[in-house]
Amino acid sequence: MAPAAPLKAKHQRLVLLAIALVVLIGAALLAAWALRNQASYFYVPSEIVAHPPAADRGVRLGGMVERGSLKTAADGVTIDFVVQDGKARVPVTFKGIVPSLFVEGSGVVAEGHMGPGGTFVADNLLAKHDENYVPREMQDMTRDQAKQVVAETQ
Amino acid sequence: MIAELGRAALWLAAALAILQLVAGALALTAKGSALAGAVRPVAVVQGLLALTAFGCLLYVFAVTDLSVKLVAMNSHSMKPLVFKVAGAWGNHEGSMLLWVTVMGMAGGFVALVERRLPEPTMLATLAGQAFVSLGFYAFLLLASNPFERLSPVPAEGNGLNPLLQDLGLAFHPPTLYLGYVGLSIAFSFAIGALVTREVGPAFARAMRPWVLGAWIFLTLGITAGSYWAYYELGWGGWWFWDPVENASLMPWLAATALLHSASVLAARNALRAWTIMLGVVAFSMSMIGTFLVRSGILTSVHAFAVDPQRGSFILVLLAIYIGGALLLFGLRAATVTEGERFALVSREGALVFNNVMLTAILGIVLFGTLYPLVAEAMGAKVSVGPPYFNPMGALFAVPMLVVLAIGPLLRWRQDSFGRIGRNLVIPAMLAVAATVVAFAIGGIALLPFLGLVLAVALAWASVLPLRGRNLRRTPLPTWGMVVAHFGVAVSLFGMSSESAFSVEKLVAIRVGEVAEVGPWGVKLDTIEPVAGPNWTALEGRLLVRYGPDGKVTRLLPQSRSFWAPPQQTSESALLTRWNGQLYAVLGGEAPGPDGQDRWQLRLWWKPFVPLIWAGGILIALGGVLALIGRVAADLKRIVARGKIAYRRERQGR
Repeated sequence: MAPAAPLKAKHQRLVLLAIALVVLIGAALLAAWALRNQASYFYVPSEIVAHPPAADRGVRLGGMVERGSLKTAADGVTIDFVVQDGKARVPVTFKGIVPSLFVEGSGVVAEGHMGPGGTFVADNLLAKHDENYVPREMQDMTRDQAKQVVAETQ
Repeated sequence: MIAELGRAALWLAAALAILQLVAGALALTAKGSALAGAVRPVAVVQGLLALTAFGCLLYVFAVTDLSVKLVAMNSHSMKPLVFKVAGAWGNHEGSMLLWVTVMGMAGGFVALVERRLPEPTMLATLAGQAFVSLGFYAFLLLASNPFERLSPVPAEGNGLNPLLQDLGLAFHPPTLYLGYVGLSIAFSFAIGALVTREVGPAFARAMRPWVLGAWIFLTLGITAGSYWAYYELGWGGWWFWDPVENASLMPWLAATALLHSASVLAARNALRAWTIMLGVVAFSMSMIGTFLVRSGILTSVHAFAVDPQRGSFILVLLAIYIGGALLLFGLRAATVTEGERFALVSREGALVFNNVMLTAILGIVLFGTLYPLVAEAMGAKVSVGPPYFNPMGALFAVPMLVVLAIGPLLRWRQDSFGRIGRNLVIPAMLAVAATVVAFAIGGIALLPFLGLVLAVALAWASVLPLRGRNLRRTPLPTWGMVVAHFGVAVSLFGMSSESAFSVEKLVAIRVGEVAEVGPWGVKLDTIEPVAGPNWTALEGRLLVRYGPDGKVTRLLPQSRSFWAPPQQTSESALLTRWNGQLYAVLGGEAPGPDGQDRWQLRLWWKPFVPLIWAGGILIALGGVLALIGRVAADLKRIVARGKIAYRRERQGR
C-alpha cells in the first residue's frame, strides 16, 4: 500500500463537497431505481385478475374474505380462502397463524405474490385490528366498496 | 380542577416561550442588551411549567378522571396502575405534551448549566429553542388540547390498545422522546452559532455532550422498541422497516454522523459548515419522524391521530423550522470559514467517509419511507419493505463498517496505511477464517454472510485502539469509543446470525405430542384457561428440552383476549440460552383429521439473537462512558480555572 500523498489542492472543501455530493446523488439514483423494482403495490381482486403482476414480485392484495370459502388443510396450519371485491374472486393460500380478527366476511390485506394457477400465496395477513387501528388501504376499501361487498356476500 | 391547572400551566409556558424568544432576540442588539439577564431564568421557568402540565396529565390518568376526554378515550378504570400512567403518553395529545415537556426541560437545563460559550451565542441558542417550542405549544393548545373536558361524563373509559399494555411501552416512548427532543438542543446550538458566526472547537465541545445524551437515549429507545416489537408482536422479527421504526432510525443515523463530525470539529477545527448542517438535519429528522407518526398518514400501531388538520399543522411547522434553518444555513454557510486541512488517509478522512456513508444510508431510508406517500399522491398504493431497505442499506453500511475497523487506528491530520497495516493482520485473518467457516456451513445468503465476516473482524479491530496504552490512564471517551464500536460488532453478529441460522417450525399438534425445532424438542403438555386483571387467556404449557438429554424447562405462551377494547394478542414465550433464544407462539385451535383437536404452534430457534440488543446496550454504554469522560473533563477545567483565579486574587494581582 503506497502512502497516499497529502491532498495539496487549494480548495479541499470543494473536493470534499464534490465527493459527498456524488455519493449522495448516486445513493438517490440507486434508491429511485430500487424503489421502482422493489416497492410492493396494492391490488384489489378485480385489478389483480385483470393485470396479474409477475410471479416473483411482492404485492399486497386487499378485499373481503368470501363467506364459506375458508378451509383448513389437513396439516392444521395451511388455510385456503377466497378474497373478493364484488367484481372478481382470487383464491388465496396461507400457511401460519391467522390474526384473531380474521374471519369470513371481514376485510383482509394479504402480503405475498401470485403463485401458479392464479392462486395468491400470502406470507402475511393483516386483518382489521380494532376500530382505531385499521390498515389504511382497508379503511378506503371499507368506505368505497365494503358496503356493497357485504351486501353482495350476505 | 387539576386538568384546568395543567391547561393554565401550558398557556403560561407558551407565553414564557414568546418572552424567551423576544428577549433573546432583542438582547443580541445593542439597545436590548438589558434583557439578556432575563433569558436564562425564563427558560428555566418555562421548562418547569411544562413539567407541571405534564404532571397534571399523569395525575388525571392515574386517578382515571373520566371527565377529561383524553382519559375517557384512552384509559379504563380496570387497568393496572402502571399502564394507567403509561397510557398518558400512549396517545396523540399526551405524547405531544411529553414532547414539549422534554423540550422545555432540556432548554431550561441548558440555560441553567451551559456557561462555556460566549453569551450572545447562548442567547441566540435559547431564542432558537423557544422558537421551536412555540410552534409545538401552539400545536398542542390550538389543535390537540390534552385537557379537554367531556360532558356528560362517561361511566367507563375506552381502554388502551392491548398491544400497548406492556412494560416495554412504559419506557420506550419517553426514552425515544428524550432522544428526539434532545436533538433540538443541537439544532438550537447550530442556529445560535450561525446567527453569531461562532463556529469553532468551543462550539463543538459545548454541543457534544448534548448530542451524546440525545444519542444515548435514541440508541436505548430504538433497542427497546426493537425488542418490544420482537416479543410483543409475535412475528419473530426484530425490525420490520415499518415507517415508524424508520422515523426513529433516521434521527439516530443523523445524530451518529453529527457525533463523529463534532469530534473532528472539537479536536481539529475542521468540518465546520458540515457539522452545523448535520445539527440542523438531525433535529429535522426528529420532526419528520413526528410528522410521519402523528399525522395519521401511516398505518401502524403508533399512528394515533387520524385528523388531517393535525397533519397539515405539523407539516406547516416542519416547513417553517426546516425551511427556515436551511435558509439561514444557506445565507450564512459561505461566511463560515474553511477549517483545517487534512490528508485523505487520516482520522479525519475516515470520519468524513463515515459521515458520507451514514448520510447516504439516511437518504436511502428517507426515500424508502416517503416514497409510499409520494406514490399515493400520484394514485398508486405501494409499500416498501426489506427487499428495498436491506440491500440498499448494506451497499453503504458494508464499506462504512470496513472503515470503522481501520479509522480509529489512524492518526489525526495525516497517516499512512503502512504504519497501521500490521495491526490489521489479525482482523484480516479472522475475516478469512470466518469466510471459510461460513462456506463450510453453507447455505448462507450474501448479506448475513458479509455481516458475520465483518462482525468477527470488527470485534477484534474495535479493541485495537487500546493496544499499547496504559489502560488505567486511557481517557474515558476512548473507552467509550471502543465499547460502542465493539457493540456494533456484537449487534451485527446477532443480526447476521439470526438471519442466517434461524429455524422456524409451524405445526398443529395434539396435547402430548412433540415437535422438533432445531436442537429443541417441544412437547405440548396442557392447554389451560387463565385470567388477568383485564384479560382472559388460553395458556399452553410447553415442556422443552435442548438436545436429546437436556434439562426439561417449561414455557408458557398465551393467546390473550382483552375486553376493553376487545382484542386478542399473542403473548410469546421466550427461553434464552447463552447461544440463542427459543421463541414460541400459541395459535388457534385446528380441527384434526379424526375430529380430535389440535393446537397451532409457531416455534423459532434463533441462534445468538439476544446479541442484537446486547450490542445496542453496549453502544449506548459507550456513549455513557464518553459523556461521563467529557463532562468530568469540563468540570475539572472549570475547577482549575476557579483555583487559578482564586490564587491570583490572593496574591493581589
